[in-house]
Amino acid sequence: MTGWRHILLRREAGIAVMIVLFCLSVGAVKPQFLTLDSLRIILLLVPLIMIGAMGQMLVLLARHVDLSIGSMLGLTAMASGMMFRYMPEVWWPVGFLVSVGLGAVLGLFNGALVTVFRLPAIIVTLGTLNLYRGLTFIMSDAKQIDRQYVPSALKSMSVTSPIFGIPWIIFISFGVAILTYWFVMHTRIGRQIYALGSNPVAAPLRGISVTKVTLVVFAISGALSGLAGILYASRWGFVNPSNTGSGFELQVIAAVVIGGVSINGGVGTVAGTVLGVVLLGCVSAALPLLGIPGTTQSAIYGAVILLALMIDRLVRMQGMARSTRAAVP
Amino acid sequence: MTQTEIPAPATREATLPRPAWKVLLIRPEAMTFVLLVLAVIAGSQLSEYFLDLSYILKSFTLSAEFAIVALVLTMVIIAGEIDLSPAANMALSACLFAYALDAGAPMPLAICIGLVAGVAMGAVNAALIIGMQLPSIIVTIGTLTLYRGLAQVIAGDKSIRVPDTFIGINDILLLGVPLPVLLFTLLSVVLGLVLATTVFGRQIYLIGTNEVAARHAGVRSQRIKMWLFLLMGLVSAIAGLMTASRLGSVRYDLGLGGELQMVLMAMLGGTYIFGGRGSILGTFLAAWLLVIVMTGMIVANWMPAYQLCVLGVLLIVSIIATNLIYSRTQR
Amino acid sequence: MTAGTTSPVLSARGIGKQFAGVEVLRDVDLDLMPGEIHALLGENGAGKSTFAKIVAGVHRPSRGVLTLNGQVVDVANPIIAQRLGITLIHQEPISFPDLSVAENLILGRQDGAALGAVPWRQMTRDAQGLMALLGVAIDVGRPMRGLSIADQQMVEIARALASDSRVIIMDEPTAPLTPKEVATLFTIARRLRDEGRTIVFISHRLEEVRALCDRVTIFRDGNRVATEGIADLTDADIIRLMIGRPVKEYMHKRGTEIGEVALRVSNLTRAGLFHDISFEVRKGEIVGLGGLVGAGRTDVAQAIFGIAPADSGTIEVHGKRAQIASPVDAIGLGIAFVPEDRAVAGIFRSLPTDQNITAAVPRKIAPFGMIKAGLERAMALDAVSRLRIRLASVRQPIGELSGGNQQKAILARWLLADPSILVLDEPTRGIDIGVKAEFYDMIGDLAANGRAILLISSELPELLALCDRVLVMAEGRLTANLARGVASQETIMQAAVPKGDGLARSGKAAA
Repeated sequence: MTGWRHILLRREAGIAVMIVLFCLSVGAVKPQFLTLDSLRIILLLVPLIMIGAMGQMLVLLARHVDLSIGSMLGLTAMASGMMFRYMPEVWWPVGFLVSVGLGAVLGLFNGALVTVFRLPAIIVTLGTLNLYRGLTFIMSDAKQIDRQYVPSALKSMSVTSPIFGIPWIIFISFGVAILTYWFVMHTRIGRQIYALGSNPVAAPLRGISVTKVTLVVFAISGALSGLAGILYASRWGFVNPSNTGSGFELQVIAAVVIGGVSINGGVGTVAGTVLGVVLLGCVSAALPLLGIPGTTQSAIYGAVILLALMIDRLVRMQGMARSTRAAVP
Repeated sequence: MTQTEIPAPATREATLPRPAWKVLLIRPEAMTFVLLVLAVIAGSQLSEYFLDLSYILKSFTLSAEFAIVALVLTMVIIAGEIDLSPAANMALSACLFAYALDAGAPMPLAICIGLVAGVAMGAVNAALIIGMQLPSIIVTIGTLTLYRGLAQVIAGDKSIRVPDTFIGINDILLLGVPLPVLLFTLLSVVLGLVLATTVFGRQIYLIGTNEVAARHAGVRSQRIKMWLFLLMGLVSAIAGLMTASRLGSVRYDLGLGGELQMVLMAMLGGTYIFGGRGSILGTFLAAWLLVIVMTGMIVANWMPAYQLCVLGVLLIVSIIATNLIYSRTQR
Repeated sequence: MTAGTTSPVLSARGIGKQFAGVEVLRDVDLDLMPGEIHALLGENGAGKSTFAKIVAGVHRPSRGVLTLNGQVVDVANPIIAQRLGITLIHQEPISFPDLSVAENLILGRQDGAALGAVPWRQMTRDAQGLMALLGVAIDVGRPMRGLSIADQQMVEIARALASDSRVIIMDEPTAPLTPKEVATLFTIARRLRDEGRTIVFISHRLEEVRALCDRVTIFRDGNRVATEGIADLTDADIIRLMIGRPVKEYMHKRGTEIGEVALRVSNLTRAGLFHDISFEVRKGEIVGLGGLVGAGRTDVAQAIFGIAPADSGTIEVHGKRAQIASPVDAIGLGIAFVPEDRAVAGIFRSLPTDQNITAAVPRKIAPFGMIKAGLERAMALDAVSRLRIRLASVRQPIGELSGGNQQKAILARWLLADPSILVLDEPTRGIDIGVKAEFYDMIGDLAANGRAILLISSELPELLALCDRVLVMAEGRLTANLARGVASQETIMQAAVPKGDGLARSGKAAA
């Protein structure tokens, strides 16, 4: 009777196998891919996507989608960047508060529009994607925050390490994943997200506040975009009003969809999402080694999203065929 | 059943219909028209340019490509689907066109390549959405990434110039009207008639209102949707080539973010995001409204960033307004 | 009254309910005793389900009070009902397919902070305990997805036990169940009654009510018309009370010539739904298709109409082998299908009534692909007057019409297509008795005009009154082909009851 475990295992195991196969086949061509060094490169590629993916996963679980995360990343990074530039006397970790707090507010705004006016999240966040990007330009007067303004302590978080030579930023991103796991598996509100996505009509009948859960997932998505925003400043050392976070939502959606999170709500795990992020990181890291130009990256993300959707669909159709057959005595 | 549905009791008589003037007034197109008039008045206070028709027409050429696509997008949304990929489609078909020219293809062949590519992209969307029954939202987010990415693969980060003979569609005037504006108006009339008076148009509304019932009534819903996505691809490619002609060169970021303006035109025109309602007239009016608003912002010397904000806010406000209007006229 | 000595666990006094100004429940008084199984009976729309939903907090009464154990209570929503110990079990149970069985059990019962921990271990242990108590073997760790409806109902019952509900309302629980599952359900219901709980049982099936219930309350047109011990009423009494007039045979209009075979179905099979179905319908003939819900009747109809074509078998229309892969094909062959679920498969809610009526005949309103508005309107008006559809204007959205008039509009849609074969799936469901009679006349007239009619119905009197022959399906197979005169309530039910292990049910039916 634990057939579902097998399915779950198969999904995550499937991605893991894909990661291994991919790495081995790249390694066969370019042996240097299978070194600790390239592991470092992969791990340094994923933290921002990992953090964004956790937020997006929650939003998708609740049967919504958040397209504005890239713009939220940009706006929150810019907010901290401007604080670093114009108020250098402020202790730099306050930047985390600023970015995460602002992100939560922006996410709440998305959530409020979705629940109060009962609007489809796709249109709302398409609107705020542009609104937040516009605000970034206005706030910064279209000027970049250059390297010299970003505190070196912040920048060094992407380089220095508490242990094993693994930089802080990677620890933070995996910490976020672990926290998200705890949140969705072991808190009431976390389980309510699954319940809402699973059956939105019935959720209120079980005392689940649809408004509350929707606000929470969008706020978390915003807050995590904010965290990704400040870490962007740490990782790259600058904040640009037009580039920072642009296209982030597509990378994140690609990772989450590969990880097996269903766009129909209710289905998806942290482990799957993490593996999806790692697979995407491996692909990104392998491209330059294989001599494939960086301009192909966007096309690969697109193809990967579509492939993941198609595989999901085929698996589900097979499952359905099996279950109807099983119903026949 | 878990919804608190109102049972249909036997004694319930049909409710009285609304008077005709009220029906007319609460149509969202009326709202769009009023806003358009207000925008023109406000604009004329800002600058006398707004009373100069040729200036407005010239400004419209900047958005005409998106507006043309928005007309077909309106039909797609009425049929209960959505397509976020047309701006990326514009870029990829324009890049293929320019690449073919660069590689020495004659102009007619290059144009064909561009158009066929556009239709093929529409066909990919249709295959995934109709054939594999995946939701159009996420599919077209995927294809938007893919098409734009392929454009980048083809064109790299360079811009490809197109030959001088091809440049300047926006400067061709017919009876004082720039060709792109004329094309937009013409397409509006044709598609407006198709949607409002033909069986094909009627069946689009049927599908968008209740696809299951439509199939029971013998509507070939999959075929109709397929045609819509193919048309979407073709029109996007045409719009892409028009943009190439206007700009004189092609880059992978051609029309970047255009899906916002297209969706916005449809929403401002009163197209119902959940399908089944809307009109070409609404989108036609909304396109003009948007052009006036954007021109106003340029004349008032606003930063492009403010324009981005205004568009984002407009999108949200228009969808709230449309939803309110429909929820008040229909329980 | 059976329980004169004990006091009622729940009393309703003067309960009334209006929807959009229409009264659907009037001044209902009812006492539910501890330790009884109480049946609510009545035709569709009689108010029994509305009453149950008011008790369970799904609807709020417009008037009247509920008293629980002597205290006036305000059951504002299902959560409060749950806390008060009142549980409503829906026919299709509410479930969250992606959560585990144990979680489905506990959801909505837990209070506390949003970030409070989920007590997985205790939850699982409690859930296992409840399942053991009910004597059902369901792995509480698996997700709800894929659980049979019977098992989902068991989970709902376990939910009721978990919150120690004193009043458990079951809204037509047996309709989707197999006889064996029904037997299990009844055993459990009796055990719960013996523990002193109150079970409210809503059903259409008299034999089940007889087998299970202690008392019965009958609703008609929003009124409570009787509450009696089940032993004090005969079936005829109950039916008389339900429909408000003595049972009489409907007039069977005849004199129609039954012609050649219009539709012949041979060995039609679709895996898991129906098997080896063969029958024919002749011109001018009304053939009934009876059976329990879920017997596969609708699936056969959908196969004939091309919505979900059969895996194997043949369909012949007017003697010619037909390939029907989609409704378009079926319509082209002169077949029409009025589906069971009007809201899902019939109406275009927000579109005007005239467009609804002409939806299936685009060629007639648009000779060259262009719709002629005048022609469309004229055709719609003609249909409206012929079928006596009550509306204010044909431009009125169909969603604003009453259920009966919506159904007439759907029938009008198909009559415009001038079909030679009509498949009607529960055409009178949820329709007022008066309008029902009109439908019967119309169906009779259609047959008299030489059309072949296949009528799917769960209402035995309807089948007996209208049909020249009655086919019966059980568990996806055709089990009887009864000519008029041979067909009776008994013979139809006999064939409708699955024979696989019909012991449980036949035992009860004899009771």
